[in-house]
Amino acid sequence: MLGLVSLAVFIAVWQLLTVNHAIFYVRFTNVPSPEEVLARAILAAHNPVFGDHIWMSCRRILYGFTLASVVAIPLGLLMGRFRILREIVFPICEVTRPIPAIAWVPMAIMLWPTNEESIVFITFLGSFFPILINTLQGMATVDPVLVRAARCLGAKEASVFREVYLPASLPQIFTGLTVGMGVAWVSLIAAEMISGQFGIGYFTWEAYSLVQYSDIALGMITIGVLGLASSFAIRLLGRLAMPWGAAR
Amino acid sequence: MAGTARGLIEVQDFCLRYETMEGAVEAVSDVSLNVQPGEFVSIVGPSGCGKSTLLNALAGFLTPSGGTVTVDGEAISGPSADRGMIFQQYSLFPWKTVRENVEFGLKMSGVSRSERERRARTLLGLAGLTQFENHYPDRLSGGMKQRVGIVRALATGPRILLLDEPFGALDAQTRLIMQQILTNMWQRLKISVLFVTHDIDEAIFLSDRIYVMTARPGTIKSEIVVPLPRPREPSMTLSSEFLGLRRGLMSLIREESIRAMGGEVSLDSLKGLAINLEGQDLATVL
Repeated sequence: MLGLVSLAVFIAVWQLLTVNHAIFYVRFTNVPSPEEVLARAILAAHNPVFGDHIWMSCRRILYGFTLASVVAIPLGLLMGRFRILREIVFPICEVTRPIPAIAWVPMAIMLWPTNEESIVFITFLGSFFPILINTLQGMATVDPVLVRAARCLGAKEASVFREVYLPASLPQIFTGLTVGMGVAWVSLIAAEMISGQFGIGYFTWEAYSLVQYSDIALGMITIGVLGLASSFAIRLLGRLAMPWGAAR
Repeated sequence: MAGTARGLIEVQDFCLRYETMEGAVEAVSDVSLNVQPGEFVSIVGPSGCGKSTLLNALAGFLTPSGGTVTVDGEAISGPSADRGMIFQQYSLFPWKTVRENVEFGLKMSGVSRSERERRARTLLGLAGLTQFENHYPDRLSGGMKQRVGIVRALATGPRILLLDEPFGALDAQTRLIMQQILTNMWQRLKISVLFVTHDIDEAIFLSDRIYVMTARPGTIKSEIVVPLPRPREPSMTLSSEFLGLRRGLMSLIREESIRAMGGEVSLDSLKGLAINLEGQDLATVL
């Protein structure tokens, strides 16, 4: 309830500032008003091209993020279990991790034959490290008494891995997925703005070039909504995967 | 689970040393003890005396530095469902329901799903946990968690049961109830039990025999037979026989606890305090 009120106030202030072309140090002269943005949104909703932009971005996120999960989760689990693998892979991670995904853009363009692939690659990189690091963290904090209990009940290595290490790490893995999803969007939008054709990041940047100021705000809001929806989807997935209530 | 002569625990000259920066440290030295099939035996001793170390060796988590540890004549070569273990920390899998926890050992030994379910239901019924079978552990009280832990360890039909201060984290009332539940299950299943505790009353109430261990390096100081008849009732803890055993054990343990604390406390300075404490304790009990 209070949330709705605060949103209403935010929009009212935005309306007030833009309609009056307020100038403090920050200039609201060219900023579109909520009304104008709404009008553009209605127009865009009827335009299939706008839908294509959204679809392209979602597909890139889906590919990049899914790929990152499929690689980072098993890798993290194995690294957590086998010291030798951890000692081999960890130094490489530590060196490459501080490089922001956006800094990879020129390199990605050189590496991959198509633009599409390099954007997916950037998205992949952005979400890869948060997922890997959190999976590792999850493995490190598995309660040793549970492992011992499982062994006393006759569980062999593979069973201990599947029945204890994996479920015990799941809450931390999902933390990684949530963070990873956020970074995936940041990386995707940046990559689209720099090298994209299509995509909601490209749409937003193009709107600036074409002096379509209302579309800038529309693009921003759309990115926000998509980010919110995807982190909500992850949380929902977490609840389904962890019915014992660790997701709360 | 038939009452055959299975579950003979024999420990001969067990030693455990480990290396530190300052050199080898002897944690347990020359421990010899046995548990006859179907017997309930406790080990008491000051903290850090190596009670748990011994139990871990029996479970198969540690290899002795010297001596032998056998069950029914076979040397122990790793953890196995033949030797059930209950830990002081609650060790139920949080991601499994009560029944799934109980089924775990059976699942590991390849028992079919329907058979698993049937056996788990029977055991949960015996333990009075039927209505909680679909609960996740975080919904259970501490006592209930340990009860499920015991049922889980018993589900695979182990020859021996090892318990490492299982009721240490429970309140006095719950502990009393748990002791009776454990006694009931033990009598019904005729399983050999080795029970580690630092609670003297608990050891007397539960055991056929008690081993007292010395402070580090841990070794057996004495062996005490508990002649109290069974079934035992909580009221027995007030009998003169019980109190006599208790007094004997307390003085044995006190010497070792003081030794365990090293040179910081002298025996003489504690003497007056100890006598006072004992007097007060007896007065309130009687």
